[in-house]
Amino acid sequence: MSNGTMEIKAISGHRGGTPGGGVYDQSDGKTRSGTSRDYDVCKLVDTTTCIGCKACEVACLEWNGYDFRDTTFDNTYQTMPDTAWNFWNLIRFNEDTDADGNLQWLMRKDQCMHCADPGCLEACPADGAIVQYQNGIVDFNQEHCIGCQYCVTGCPFNIPKFNDQTKKVYKCTLCSDRVGAGLEPACIKACPTGCLHFGSKEDMLFEANKRVGQIKANTSYKDAGVYDPEGVGGTHVIYVLHDATNPERYGGLPRDPRIPFMVKMWKGPLKWLGGLGITLGAFAMFMHYVRYGPKRVEGEEEKKA
Amino acid sequence: MGLSRRDFFKVVPGGTAALLLGFDAAPVLAQAKELKIARTTETRSTCPYCSVSCGVIIHTLGDKAKNVTPQVVHVEGDPDHPINKGTLCPKGASLYQDILNERRLLKPQVRRPGSDHWEDISWDKAYSEIARHIKTTRDATFVETDANGKTVNRCEGIGFNGGCTDTNEFNYLVVKTMRSLGVCYLENQARV
Repeated sequence: MSNGTMEIKAISGHRGGTPGGGVYDQSDGKTRSGTSRDYDVCKLVDTTTCIGCKACEVACLEWNGYDFRDTTFDNTYQTMPDTAWNFWNLIRFNEDTDADGNLQWLMRKDQCMHCADPGCLEACPADGAIVQYQNGIVDFNQEHCIGCQYCVTGCPFNIPKFNDQTKKVYKCTLCSDRVGAGLEPACIKACPTGCLHFGSKEDMLFEANKRVGQIKANTSYKDAGVYDPEGVGGTHVIYVLHDATNPERYGGLPRDPRIPFMVKMWKGPLKWLGGLGITLGAFAMFMHYVRYGPKRVEGEEEKKA
Repeated sequence: MGLSRRDFFKVVPGGTAALLLGFDAAPVLAQAKELKIARTTETRSTCPYCSVSCGVIIHTLGDKAKNVTPQVVHVEGDPDHPINKGTLCPKGASLYQDILNERRLLKPQVRRPGSDHWEDISWDKAYSEIARHIKTTRDATFVETDANGKTVNRCEGIGFNGGCTDTNEFNYLVVKTMRSLGVCYLENQARV
């Protein structure tokens, strides 16, 4: 987790390769990222050992400097109905029944998943408002945000939240400031049961699969599995679920999240078609000028005016 | 070279604009947000809430120079502490707001019997009143012998509650003092 991993991998609204932050390789003339250690960071959330203490929620608010908000009682232990622009980390208390018909909580830490193929970044038209670092962190840069909220449309997990006062969108940064300095995210550090882990994606997948093996071997949760959806290229927050066949049970975790079709269209074919239309239009105007010349004001019309 | 004043103004602003647009601001983006504890002084302490006594690190601005009043900016778990190894519960994770809080108690207060409010009191007065109460209560409730005539020397009218930030040395003194008074209801949170 050196500073090198905080170099940019992709920028919103920026065509072509990523400028800056690269190292020029003289041997083949290509620019490579200057990462000293090339690995993705990852959060592992083991929902089977979460006790719903909400230490991660508090640690997140404290680190990011947001005030605690008034809560309303909604017949559940859940702090808020949903995440908010200044509340990025929510433990969802999903009431479920276990195999014996007893009440069972399926706790899920809801936060930005830091997709490898982020829909928010794909949808964002503002240059540099959303960046993806080499280590996989997808971060919003509010200075460049234009408040269009396309990222809200682009996100399959409903994570970016709009602030009406500042007209900007905010979300979990995976504590990019801490990770950049070699520390773990605030939520990970606080977790007293150790259900949150942090490390390289490879290591976390290993830990997750090991845990799934334990659960399957020793408990009645035979459908346990790892949630690392392929549709968004994998995520940098992965879950161990009791029931990986039905992620919807965990408070609306999509089974197969994908970047919405419309976002793909308007950032892809529609954009090219529009560009082609503008180019052809300009060309047609030029040809019209060459063929017919400028429009002249006739004598009578000039008198009227 | 026939460059008129008009041509000059046509070319220069455009060229400047092109230069400015061509300037690559991206490397600046590559820096993450500044770490707010990058230049803080770390002080080890103990969470004051429950008897688990988790270790915390209090991050303060300032280098502890004589003329500077440090300001707390962040509190988080102490990874070197054997009890919590860096983790904290939600109450412990919010310690920062326990320290910087307008409702924090900074001076002794007393609520008199029958009163409906707390009143400020000086430390000297507080000490002398506590001593007076201890003496009066102990004299009134001291039990020298039990029903069988066995010597017990119990002071049943007083109980003592300690806090989890109390050190071993402090707790040693507490036990010595309270046992010498004959106090049985003694709880210094050193039980776990």
